[in-house]
Amino acid sequence: MSLIYPKESLSAYPKHLSPEYKSTVKRSPSKPLIIVPHTLSELSGPAFGHDAMQEGDNDLTKQGKGEPLGERIIVHGRVLDEDKRPVPDTLVEIWQANACGRYVHIVDQHPAPLDPNFTGAGRTITDKNGYYKFITVKPGAYPWGNHHNAWRPNHIHFSVFGQSFLTRLVTQMYFPGDYLFPYDPIFNSVTDEKARNRMVSAFDLENTIPDWALAFRWDIVLRGREQTPLDNDEH
Amino acid sequence: MSEITPSQTVGPFFAYGLTPKGRNKWDPNGTYSWKETAGDNLITPDATGTKIRIEGCISDADGAPINDAMLEIWQADSQGRYLHARGEAPRPNAKFTGFGRSATDKQGVFSFDTIKPGAVAGPNGKTQAPHIVFCIFSRGMLRQVYTRLYFSDEAANAADPILALVPADRRGTLIAHKQTGGAVPTYRFDIRVQGDNETVFFDI
Repeated sequence: MSLIYPKESLSAYPKHLSPEYKSTVKRSPSKPLIIVPHTLSELSGPAFGHDAMQEGDNDLTKQGKGEPLGERIIVHGRVLDEDKRPVPDTLVEIWQANACGRYVHIVDQHPAPLDPNFTGAGRTITDKNGYYKFITVKPGAYPWGNHHNAWRPNHIHFSVFGQSFLTRLVTQMYFPGDYLFPYDPIFNSVTDEKARNRMVSAFDLENTIPDWALAFRWDIVLRGREQTPLDNDEH
Repeated sequence: MSEITPSQTVGPFFAYGLTPKGRNKWDPNGTYSWKETAGDNLITPDATGTKIRIEGCISDADGAPINDAMLEIWQADSQGRYLHARGEAPRPNAKFTGFGRSATDKQGVFSFDTIKPGAVAGPNGKTQAPHIVFCIFSRGMLRQVYTRLYFSDEAANAADPILALVPADRRGTLIAHKQTGGAVPTYRFDIRVQGDNETVFFDI
């Protein structure tokens, strides 16, 4: 089986230049991107063994001496390709603000408290069904400097690798029904509503653990689908 | 068919999760507690070939340094073999992954210590000159950009099928220049995201 990576699938991506998100203005290419074929250099890609992980790397509530403050949550789902096949053995990394909306990053100056029991970084490798799971706390909203009274909706940053260097994805997972959605230029840089909603997790009552943690379900779909005879004809 | 999950920016605060040891480029007081998955030194005991260093600065439309970028590289080994290329025999030097990550410092400077890659197979039976694929993320980038580094001292560049698709007047942005002196051969590769002498990025 050999996967192909049609560029049309990228149509839902934000444009490099999305002026409502002001930092894109000087950090987006202005000249046309050069179209080149996918070679071995793009069709291969890094893989990470389980030896890169340590037990508990996917549990962000166990990294301190005590439990972090905030709503304990389970975030889980599957990494899939465009044919809905699971992407097994792939690295998924996350980072996020704490329950108060503060990152441990030294540059974050939001005057909300740090939590000595919460770093906000986690990682895991998908199993043979493409399944991943994290235990964490729900990140808080926080202000940022893009425009007057700008606040980011609650989100968890995700970094995923997939089968090749073309499937590399860095994105953000949002929570259902966030009242800040209409005002966030990063979320709305994805202009198609259906595509935008693919970044929003679903509340998952079935996998919520009674008396312990709410669950949110989020599947991630990476580039890549099986080549069909029609694709061959095109070449 | 299922539709793909859109990209979003890596934002300004990824370092403690993705490049935790890169903090010492930023702040002499140390690193974050999280261990890195991959760093900017790719050299392993099983790596064969010429050790090299790559250094550069990434800057924006005004030429201002981008001090919160993450650069990822993917490359073949000294014999032109990728670690996880489908249909190829497993490589014996499997500890050399060919994947690296570098944060930038306050001056927008990144660096990698690695092995000079060999030539690799290209489309239509052609050979690609030695090169390294770069994938770049930063605050203000809603999606990653891809570029390639080629080496100034490689005659094979003249016949490279990918370089041939780049307009001649922009090809120079993809060439890393060998520096004189230094204990390890060092190649300078500056990246300009926008503006005069804008680096070539690929639509792939």
